[in-house]
Amino acid sequence: MQQNKLDLPPVRASGALLSLAGVGKVFSNGVKALDNVDLAIGEGDFVSLLGPSGCGKSTALRLIAGLSTPTSGTLEWRGGSFDRSGLGFVFQEPTLLPWASVFDNVWLPLRLRGVSKAKAAPAIVEMLSRVHLDGFAEAVPRELSGGMKMRVSIARALVTKPRLLLMDEPFAALDEITRFRLNDDLLSLWQDERFTAIFVTHSVFESVFLSSRIVVMAARPGRVFEELAVEVAYPRDEAFRTSPDYAALCRRASDVLSAAMQANGGGRDDGH
Amino acid sequence: MTATELSAVKLDPEEARRVRQRRVERIGRWLFPLIVMVLAVWLWDRICVWNGIPRYILPRPLEVLHTLHDDAGLLFSSLLFTLKITFLGLVLAVVGGVGLSVLFAQSKWVEMTFFPFAVILQVTPIVAVFPLINIYVGNQTAKLLLCAWIVAFFPILSNTTLGLNSVDRNLRDLFKLNGASRWQELWHLRLPAAMPYFLGGLKIAGGLSLIGAVVAEFVAGASGQSSGLASRIIEAGYRLNAPRLFAALILISATGIIIFLVLSLVSHLILRRWHESAIRQEG
Repeated sequence: MQQNKLDLPPVRASGALLSLAGVGKVFSNGVKALDNVDLAIGEGDFVSLLGPSGCGKSTALRLIAGLSTPTSGTLEWRGGSFDRSGLGFVFQEPTLLPWASVFDNVWLPLRLRGVSKAKAAPAIVEMLSRVHLDGFAEAVPRELSGGMKMRVSIARALVTKPRLLLMDEPFAALDEITRFRLNDDLLSLWQDERFTAIFVTHSVFESVFLSSRIVVMAARPGRVFEELAVEVAYPRDEAFRTSPDYAALCRRASDVLSAAMQANGGGRDDGH
Repeated sequence: MTATELSAVKLDPEEARRVRQRRVERIGRWLFPLIVMVLAVWLWDRICVWNGIPRYILPRPLEVLHTLHDDAGLLFSSLLFTLKITFLGLVLAVVGGVGLSVLFAQSKWVEMTFFPFAVILQVTPIVAVFPLINIYVGNQTAKLLLCAWIVAFFPILSNTTLGLNSVDRNLRDLFKLNGASRWQELWHLRLPAAMPYFLGGLKIAGGLSLIGAVVAEFVAGASGQSSGLASRIIEAGYRLNAPRLFAALILISATGIIIFLVLSLVSHLILRRWHESAIRQEG
């Protein structure tokens, strides 16, 4: 572990959009989901929360989204507070309205903000084309493949031009080819739209490919184990995915993750 | 798959057998029940003839048909009355059932407090309650409507309440994240999500509303000008007019079947694009 820390430059905490200070979350059944988490998310960062199941990464995401409140500690936003309308959220499942067309699904966040269909149309059309779903506006979700549904979900999260995009293992259920393609598209969206991204995953490969920083978490209680910077310039493409640099970074992240899993409070975690 | 498509491609024996079997199934689904029905009617006719049963005990099928034709004026005006009660009862059941379930969905407390009353209304046999209604409600049509409503509203209430409460958690979070108001969540999320449940309840309520209308009329013993098929049946029973009794019975059954088919069609048309229940299985 010491070696990793020596290799990497200190993670920049200045200019943070969001800082978690000593954040803990205890559920009513007594489970300590998060314990004393300190974390700074820089504006424009792509941060992955990487860890085994039960390490509280989804809980952390829900706290940041405001869907849940911390038992202890504080969340501090730059400028004191954060307007939640500047927040996008992508769930583990596509979570679409099954009765509504693709177009209407992407319209939803704007519709809930009182934007009429006609007024929202240009933004929706543009967003659908950004996620490569031109021509599917009138389809309903069940007519789409898993990857396409996820694209709709991403389009819906980005149509409001959020400052912060939270993603909770969005590609975990997809096959590898689809996941690679969605990773590529997500990165190019991130570069164009300049939002800050927090990405929860249990895939080492995905986290290294996508992020500028990886926060490795350990379970029982859920806590930050170690942070890794991925100092590779964007845009990252297929060449990066097959480079020795990538393999080395994956190896290092994988080592840290193994250490995190061994550091479990209650011993071995077999993943249920 | 159409015939031309089939002849264009050469199928292996197994696939060809499957296609043949599917075709037989498609025809058989209609043909077999029809054959059994025709046989049953034929047997009914034969039993009347073989045993020399008098027409006031068991009329022959053709005789019932003739009565249906000859008494058409009387029978169909009665049918119209029964239909009116059934339809209005169903409309009230939809309004009341959906209205109450929306109210229940606003708060767990409201639901817990008032749901038992709905259950009491449902489990108490309407025939036993009717004498009370008979005393308290003066208007004949209102009596019958109340009866049809009590019988029909519960499946709609119970199903719609279930539907409104079984919305995907993530979708509710999504609405919360986007600052949706309670009303927006109800209108854009909970009501559409409850639609399949509501339509399931509606299908049951349609049949129950007819039963409610007929039973109420039986118990009320209503007779006179503007009365429905139940009165025709009671009347025909008193006069030993079995053919008319059978004719009225057939009309009630046919009405029930048509109500069910229409509501199934409505349900299918609404759900066909998105809900699993309405999507035809592919080979």
